[in-house]
Amino acid sequence: MLNEPYKLEAINLDVYYGQVKAIRNATLQFLPNKVHALIGPSGCGKSTFLRIFNRMNDLIKAARIAGRVLLDGQDVYAKNMDVTELRRKVGMVFQKSNPFPKTIYENVAYGLRINGSMANKAELDARVEQSLKDAALWDEVKAVLHKNALELSGGQQQRLCIARALAIKPEILLMDEPASALDPISTGKIEELIYELKQRYTIVIVTHNMQQAARISDFTGFFLLGELVEYGKTAEIFTQPQDKRTEGYITGRFG
Amino acid sequence: MKFKTKLSRLSPNTVQKIAFAGLLAATSLVLLPVLLLMAVLIGKGVTALSWTFLTDIPRDGMRSGGIYPVIVGTCWLVGGTIAIALPLGVAAAIYLTEYARRNFLTWTIKLAIVNLAGVPSIVYGLFGLGLFVMLLRCGVSMLSGSLTLAILVLPIIITSSQEALASVPQSYREASLALGATRWQTIWHCVLPNALPGIMTGAILAIGRAAGETAPILFTAAAFYLPHLPNSVFDPVMALPYHLYVIATQIPNIGQDIRYATALVLVAMVLGMSFFAIIIRWHYRKKRC
Repeated sequence: MLNEPYKLEAINLDVYYGQVKAIRNATLQFLPNKVHALIGPSGCGKSTFLRIFNRMNDLIKAARIAGRVLLDGQDVYAKNMDVTELRRKVGMVFQKSNPFPKTIYENVAYGLRINGSMANKAELDARVEQSLKDAALWDEVKAVLHKNALELSGGQQQRLCIARALAIKPEILLMDEPASALDPISTGKIEELIYELKQRYTIVIVTHNMQQAARISDFTGFFLLGELVEYGKTAEIFTQPQDKRTEGYITGRFG
Repeated sequence: MKFKTKLSRLSPNTVQKIAFAGLLAATSLVLLPVLLLMAVLIGKGVTALSWTFLTDIPRDGMRSGGIYPVIVGTCWLVGGTIAIALPLGVAAAIYLTEYARRNFLTWTIKLAIVNLAGVPSIVYGLFGLGLFVMLLRCGVSMLSGSLTLAILVLPIIITSSQEALASVPQSYREASLALGATRWQTIWHCVLPNALPGIMTGAILAIGRAAGETAPILFTAAAFYLPHLPNSVFDPVMALPYHLYVIATQIPNIGQDIRYATALVLVAMVLGMSFFAIIIRWHYRKKRC
């Protein structure tokens, strides 16, 4: 099914929270320039799974994993892995938009200032502008770059968070239900954006909106109670699911 | 059941009115001593207040002249206290909130902080005398006084800083870490700036506390009479609370108004600090919403 070189993969992955096994033996691969949707009912372990790839679960002391996670064939959980380096490559957009209470400009510039990669103000300005353009937000905010980001609308805030993630030029974008708190128009903008962004990034998106998964993704994985029930091309998952449970969920019999 | 039938004769609305009236009365009672205190201090002390009183040195065995070295001495003592306690306290709060694991050591430290806040101030004074004045040979000096006061206000600063740090949303930390920031970068660039108003509030409350304490400086810093400003941190210093104690009990034939005016200056300084803290907090809350 997937015979190109994988950008990111999980092999026989188990995730534990204390004694609870949140993910059981999941194996799947993500391809460059494709959108991968992870669907399933709330609490099935999708978000947990997403946070494995940029090691955000490291923050939770009770969380531990078994199995392997590979980025370009490199073990993400290897002893010598620089986690900050990893997170620069694997960007993340959170479910609830979380801009810093700083100006719009400073939000986008944050990651660049942190790693000191910009030589001068002009370069920084250019990257901030480019990131806001990539996130389809530039036209709306170019006149108010020094306004507090918290004054933006919910949809704008979420696109700002995407711009902030893009600014440090990641290779992969993990999105944890990025549109779940937004109105349909803002959701539409985010979906268009995802379609644009996949030309340059590997995208993994968690959603519990099946229509959204069907619209924007190339591959879909269905999670149920910590188990990856089925994973494959979106068109096939939605038209001829192999597993009864997938079929049940997609046709709306439970979930 | 009997109780219930008895009460039920009053309508719930009446019960509510009585309860609220009682609560209002209790709350107003708290205001009373403050208003009374201010009224007495202003009434009896305002006649002695003048520019000269604030800018002249004490004269005639402290019976006339001003309290300039006393005011400045207080400011210096308190300034030294904050210079020592603020960095230490904030550092401790950062460690406890952001880094410390839940183990026996952390538990002990937290317990120590709570206990430190409950120690009577005279004990700090004697402790300062033993440690800073005698053992470390700093003498009765501004340095010893500031160090002693610093230990006194440390729990205030640590506790308020911890609260300020904990109130910074976890999502800010996550956003910062997900952008490849280290934990320290996250604290320095993201958490600390957002916690700053809360930390400032704690610091100002600590200033007010330090400015008003007598017992900790009694044996460690306070000079009975020093008609000039101290030359170095190793000199003793005059300070408002101790000076007030001295002129109230040790100096015969001194005008009442001078005593009240001195008390008024002290209370005004401490209340002014608290007021300043409230304004900062209010301004910050308004900005956040």
